[in-house]
Amino acid sequence: MQSTAHAFKDNVGTALADPNLQDSLAKLKVGFSERRRQAAERLPEFEALRDRARDIKNHTLANLDFYLEEFERKVLALGGHVHWAPTAADARRIIADLCRSVGAKTVAKSKSMVAEEIALNEHLEALGIAPIETDLGEYIIQLRHEPPSHIIAPAVHLTKDQVADTFLEHHRKLGFDKRLTERNDLVAEARYVLRQKFLDADVGLTGANFLVAETGSSMLVTNEGNADLSNTLPKMHIVLASIEKVIPTLEDAAVLLRVLARSATGQESSAYTTLNTGPKRPGDLDGPEQYHVVLLDNGRSGVLGTEMQDILRCIRCGACMNHCPVYGAVGGHAYGWVYPGPMGAVLTPQLVGVEEASNLPNASTFCGRCESVCPVRIPLPKLMRHWREREFERHLTPKAVRQGLALWSFVARRPGLYRGLTTIANRVLSLFGRVEGRYHSLPLAGGWTRFRDFPAPPPGGTFHAQWKAGRKRP
Amino acid sequence: MVPSVSNSSENLHPPPRRVALFVTCLVDLFRPAVGFAAIKLLEEAGCTVEVPPLQVCCGQPAYNTGDRATTRAIAMQVMDAFEGYDAVVAPSGSCGGMLSHHYPGLFDDDPALKARAENLAGRSYELISFLVDVLGVKKVAAHYDGAVTYHDSCSGLRELGVKEQPRQLLGSVQGLELREMKTPEVCCGFGGTFCVKYPEISNAMVGEKSADITASGAGTLLAGDLGCLMNMAGKLQREGSAVRVRHVAEVLAGMGDLPAIGEPETGAR
Repeated sequence: MQSTAHAFKDNVGTALADPNLQDSLAKLKVGFSERRRQAAERLPEFEALRDRARDIKNHTLANLDFYLEEFERKVLALGGHVHWAPTAADARRIIADLCRSVGAKTVAKSKSMVAEEIALNEHLEALGIAPIETDLGEYIIQLRHEPPSHIIAPAVHLTKDQVADTFLEHHRKLGFDKRLTERNDLVAEARYVLRQKFLDADVGLTGANFLVAETGSSMLVTNEGNADLSNTLPKMHIVLASIEKVIPTLEDAAVLLRVLARSATGQESSAYTTLNTGPKRPGDLDGPEQYHVVLLDNGRSGVLGTEMQDILRCIRCGACMNHCPVYGAVGGHAYGWVYPGPMGAVLTPQLVGVEEASNLPNASTFCGRCESVCPVRIPLPKLMRHWREREFERHLTPKAVRQGLALWSFVARRPGLYRGLTTIANRVLSLFGRVEGRYHSLPLAGGWTRFRDFPAPPPGGTFHAQWKAGRKRP
Repeated sequence: MVPSVSNSSENLHPPPRRVALFVTCLVDLFRPAVGFAAIKLLEEAGCTVEVPPLQVCCGQPAYNTGDRATTRAIAMQVMDAFEGYDAVVAPSGSCGGMLSHHYPGLFDDDPALKARAENLAGRSYELISFLVDVLGVKKVAAHYDGAVTYHDSCSGLRELGVKEQPRQLLGSVQGLELREMKTPEVCCGFGGTFCVKYPEISNAMVGEKSADITASGAGTLLAGDLGCLMNMAGKLQREGSAVRVRHVAEVLAGMGDLPAIGEPETGAR
């Protein structure tokens, strides 16, 4: 997917002016956070589980090479194949070659953000292979040629009416010429249309929530069951997963699953949790003849051992964006790439470059709500601040900001000068603001006064001046 | 006017008595009343309060812009200015959190400075939680007529656990009724330089906040951080709202009769 992260500020303007998006976001902000809160309250050991989840991921990351090789050994022993893809281009080539090896015309896909990351659909289409998204949200945005706006609810930016229009436009040629208004009818129509596509698909491609080293299994959670059809019906199943998805044991998976669904949707567990362990065995009634796992690095190994390593704990629940007031104001598309919200603000600069994504880690108030709900306790504000430090070191911080900061710093490090200048500023601001008590506009403060009044200080001087004069009350 | 203080025999250590006020740059420049209110509350709880003259800012503007070198220089200046006091108290969760949670991490490469930063961190507090959690203040002798709603500023809430303490003390203010808004824990969109670097997003956030404040039906908005208060007051006033905005310390110290933030002095018109 082509990044538009550099155009963040323009994207924000578009998002704030989109009434449909604002409608959808209003629902998202209340719904997801309330359901997560209730789910966490119902489970007394939830906080302790978050600690365990964090520890499991930290242990795995500290021994990532070991667990990845262990996973590979198990997959090979089961008769499957493992492909190591250092870059997105490698992963695209590997998957295209696999599809062509079985003469694939169509690929049934279940939702995979890693597939978005490597822009797989565009690549397959260019080769004449049709990728078919089978997750309802992904299916909708594929019809609309839009990128996902949320990692677990890719079409969350759309209203029901927009979906109804999209279905009418695309399903009319299949004989569905009635515009639907009920949610259930829309789902039923999509299910009907998609069922034949599952049956026709030559290859099923899924992501993975976890790769279990102990058993060589890939584990996937969905609420629609589409992944199960994607991986059982076609003759080849390809799992595309990034390297940090590996975990040691099934026991560990159980811990992570317990925090994943609760953090994501407030469910105790997702409707479907599927383990794929190798290809169809003799005597199995169904399953793919070929089972391939493509392990994508794409810059992640470079994060190991750095101050950013904690982001590799992420289990892609989406809680950080569901609770982020910035995401809640502008939605996912404004972030300009696959991963939006706080986790995206940390991961995107790593994967597409900090020059391209320099705005993302800056567009945060550091309110800390993301960290407070993260199931694996990633210190997201701290990591965003690390990006700001790297930007500052590399002179990527905007010039006006740098100059303003340099001036402020010069004064702030000289208490005497600071006291003198603040005394003058206080006097001027209080004098000219005396009648109204506030300013409707102020030179050099347009960013503030465009939307807000600016309170004038009351007469009497700065606190320090008054204190020095012996006052005990303003 | 003496607040009740818990029996000191409950505490293993005597409460800190020689307290330095970290005024904060916003209070110094825009709302001196908050500094006086803080001193009054601390003195009534039995502290001797001093205002170290060499203090300026905690360094957050540099810290949150990624300028570590400047942040360290300012942190060292703060450590010098506040050497030797039993406690350093700020009428702000954001500045208090900077001293108590972020300074030590600035000096990971210098054990001596790190030890100094940790020492300062260990005796730095946000005002209201210091009064309640450390000094054991349970009520104040203040009066304020009308319904108020309280916004939980982010750093105080999530870094320092300031949530019940202000509500407990507000519960003791005569004539005051607390009417919670729906989402008091959601950020108001201030975020320091964020509000001028991303004014449209900040405006969307504070617009939502002002709607929530208005829906509470309270005539007064209180919070513990002046930056958030100026942001919310500025938005409410731009919208023509009659809600008055004050720092929680002013009301607790019985200074709720002063003109609210952004209001002219009586008789100025």
